[in-house]
Amino acid sequence: MAQEKVVGIDLGTTNSLVAYMQDDVPVVIPGEDGSNLVPSVVALAADGRIAVGNVARTHLIDAPDRAVYSAKRLMGRGMEDVQSELQFFPFRLAKDLAPGEVLRIQLGEREFTPPEISAYILRQLKQNAERYFGPGSSVTKAVVTVPAYFNDAQRQATKDAGRIAGLDVLRLVNEPTAAALAYGLDKQKAGIVAVYDLGGGTFDVSILKLQDGIFEVIATNGDTHLGGDDIDNLLIAIALDDIAGDLKLDLRHNGEAVQAIRKAVIDAKIALSSQQQTTLDVNLPGGEHYQRTITREQFEQLIAPVIERTIAPCRMAIKDAGITSAQIEEVVLVGGSTRIPRVRALVEEVFELPSRGRKPHTELNPDEVVALGAAVQAKILAGGSAATEDMLLLDVTPLSLGIEALGGVVARIIQRNSTIPASATEHFTTGVDGQTNVAIHVLQGEREMAKDCRSLARFDLKGIPPMTAGMPRIEVKFLIDANGILHVSAHEQRSGKQAEIEVKPTYGLTDEQVETMILDSFDNAEEDFRQRQLVEARNEAETILTLVERAPSNPAWKLLEPEEYLRIAHRKAELEAVYKGDDYRAIRNAIEALDKATRHFAELQMDTAVSSAIKGKTMQTANENLGEGPTAPHPIAPAEIETQER
Amino acid sequence: MTQTAEQSVIAACWACGTENPPGAHICASCGKLLASDSRDYFDFFGLPHRLTLDIAALEKQFYRLSRKLHPDLFAQASKQEQQWSLEKSSILNDAYRTLRDPIARTEYLLETQGIRLEEQSRDATDAARAAGTAKQQVVPPDMLEEVFGLNMQLEEARMAAASNMQDPQLIADLEAAEKNFTAQMDALQQQLESLWAAWDTALINNDTAAKDDAKQKMVALLNRRSYIRNLVRDVQQALGR
Repeated sequence: MAQEKVVGIDLGTTNSLVAYMQDDVPVVIPGEDGSNLVPSVVALAADGRIAVGNVARTHLIDAPDRAVYSAKRLMGRGMEDVQSELQFFPFRLAKDLAPGEVLRIQLGEREFTPPEISAYILRQLKQNAERYFGPGSSVTKAVVTVPAYFNDAQRQATKDAGRIAGLDVLRLVNEPTAAALAYGLDKQKAGIVAVYDLGGGTFDVSILKLQDGIFEVIATNGDTHLGGDDIDNLLIAIALDDIAGDLKLDLRHNGEAVQAIRKAVIDAKIALSSQQQTTLDVNLPGGEHYQRTITREQFEQLIAPVIERTIAPCRMAIKDAGITSAQIEEVVLVGGSTRIPRVRALVEEVFELPSRGRKPHTELNPDEVVALGAAVQAKILAGGSAATEDMLLLDVTPLSLGIEALGGVVARIIQRNSTIPASATEHFTTGVDGQTNVAIHVLQGEREMAKDCRSLARFDLKGIPPMTAGMPRIEVKFLIDANGILHVSAHEQRSGKQAEIEVKPTYGLTDEQVETMILDSFDNAEEDFRQRQLVEARNEAETILTLVERAPSNPAWKLLEPEEYLRIAHRKAELEAVYKGDDYRAIRNAIEALDKATRHFAELQMDTAVSSAIKGKTMQTANENLGEGPTAPHPIAPAEIETQER
Repeated sequence: MTQTAEQSVIAACWACGTENPPGAHICASCGKLLASDSRDYFDFFGLPHRLTLDIAALEKQFYRLSRKLHPDLFAQASKQEQQWSLEKSSILNDAYRTLRDPIARTEYLLETQGIRLEEQSRDATDAARAAGTAKQQVVPPDMLEEVFGLNMQLEEARMAAASNMQDPQLIADLEAAEKNFTAQMDALQQQLESLWAAWDTALINNDTAAKDDAKQKMVALLNRRSYIRNLVRDVQQALGR
């Protein structure tokens, strides 16, 4: 039987890719536009359609409030975590977010959680693969890569994104490990290898031991908020300062201008990897023009504080691996930011390569190597082939797992860099006679106090048989699976009863929430949206038509000019003609036209209502004549119409 | 207590019914993955409960078992097999991590012998942390004098650090102390290895008295080691490392 096609996906901060093992060689699958990279940008177009990738990127400049990029930075995180991000990224979060809640990003008039945004990107990649495999093919299984240093919540959010996109995520693979797989494919090597992965938004370093096809990760470290984005933000801040100083223009809150500057600094950054100097050149709103020459030397000085933040994680990984840098035989560079010459020089220093006559590996395209490795792992999971025979990945958990003990301290139960799957068994008891619940707080991180670690979940062990305090012996098993995701099970040993566990993930979606978010096939989602728009537009049309129908009975009606009666009748007829049709945009336009035509009437009506109130009628009865309160489309609130409809 | 009950089960293969010896991971007849029946780390690797271990051989066996048990090999298998693979590989990884480390291995063996190493136990650490006090440890009697002198020096070092003073003599003393304790740690490692040999021999001869003697000596040694390790940590902290 033919193997089911399993694809490998690199869901990146800046760009995403899908790859497949074609005749024992991993290849990147291009999109319809021929490009291997799908920019990780999602936009809500004015017509309500979702745009992804290069198409969405145009929206970033035209309508920045309807597009989002780098949403990976928000995966599995809460309000408290992202405050520093908000200073640099134009993320518009929903106003009514509560602490501990999954974030929601505002795009135009709609809101999306980060896993939903990622799901749109995954769905695009899925479609690209289906298109590549030919008519009628369906791709439902994938390996998706994540930064090695992603915590449980971030991993869970990535898996949720897969489910929402209609993909069964067979495995989450750490990005540096995937890169090592891609490199290891054509060289049956033995020895110790380091992978330095500086991407758009995350930094990872992993140290692996290669032997007879086994890729054993021995240590990993990183920073999930360090990458090319940080370099861009630094350059943008300088440009904005310059503009404020020289041109007396404060553009910090001008989304459009900031996007234009962002594009220019990225171009400059890329240019400086091959040139000694370049010119930043941006057209600003209001016809102003910003220009600045920047040399590579200046650029390197500027970015030094950012890229030097990668040194400590490298040292820590080497220390945790129990080796010296001299024992590392090869260093593989991954991620677009490793194209910067200064970054390469830094890697050579940290791993002492020049003194040993070595160079870091850059043979594979640093943007594509992670996706290629994911395709290799996908092949292994699909059942393997001659090329992947004997290949096996043994990865580790990047962060220690602990539980909150007395006094808010963390008791570690699984150490960081433990090979996964890994497990730990703990025993709990009750403190009060007859107690039937025990609360357990699970944390991830290396700090001593619970408040300094990442809260993963609070578990409630329920249904403990009532006994004297200290008598129940509840065994709780913590198991980290091969995806780096935690599972918990428990049973009370004296009664043999399975204790019930209620998981309250911190910043995670519940199963039910994910269910409701699952995207139908592309066409359905669009059709659904159109349908909803149509229903809403028809409802509004009916409301306004009813109001206009009733208008002649209102005293204010008599105050209108003859040509106004004519215009209203005309617009009303137009709306009546289209509102049974299924073009919601035509209906909206007709509503707007009728609204405009009746504006004067609405104003007169307000005046009349006020004077009738003075005559002894209550405002209440006056209002009843006016319509249905603030949700009615227009006649009582003429001033709101403009903003409401645009 | 519950462990011994589990171990005695002879596994009949769920797929073909063949009876496999206890601790078998794969059915000898049909090659299917068997349900987990052993949680003991030594049993899992098919090893006797001896402490002298060939680490290179252990690694080989770890890789060999990983190739049979890892969840990657069961991505297309039934949910039940996936669950077994997950459980088995987690025990495999936990066991390998414990057995390859000399101290963790010794502690694990002592635990399987029903000994709770109170001083190193996390309960004791947690209780001490919660109470905000340093963990109370019994000072090995022959070290009393040495530790008394060291504590004075550590106190001096703290005061010097607080007032930003540099006392070259004090630093030299602390460095000497660090060297001394590190040497003691190395010596303990040597002693531990001879205790392993004593345990292994007693186990082979099924000599209960010799086993108990070796156990007690190992407990004493581990406590002493943990005490010295904390001293090294304190000295290094005082030296600002």
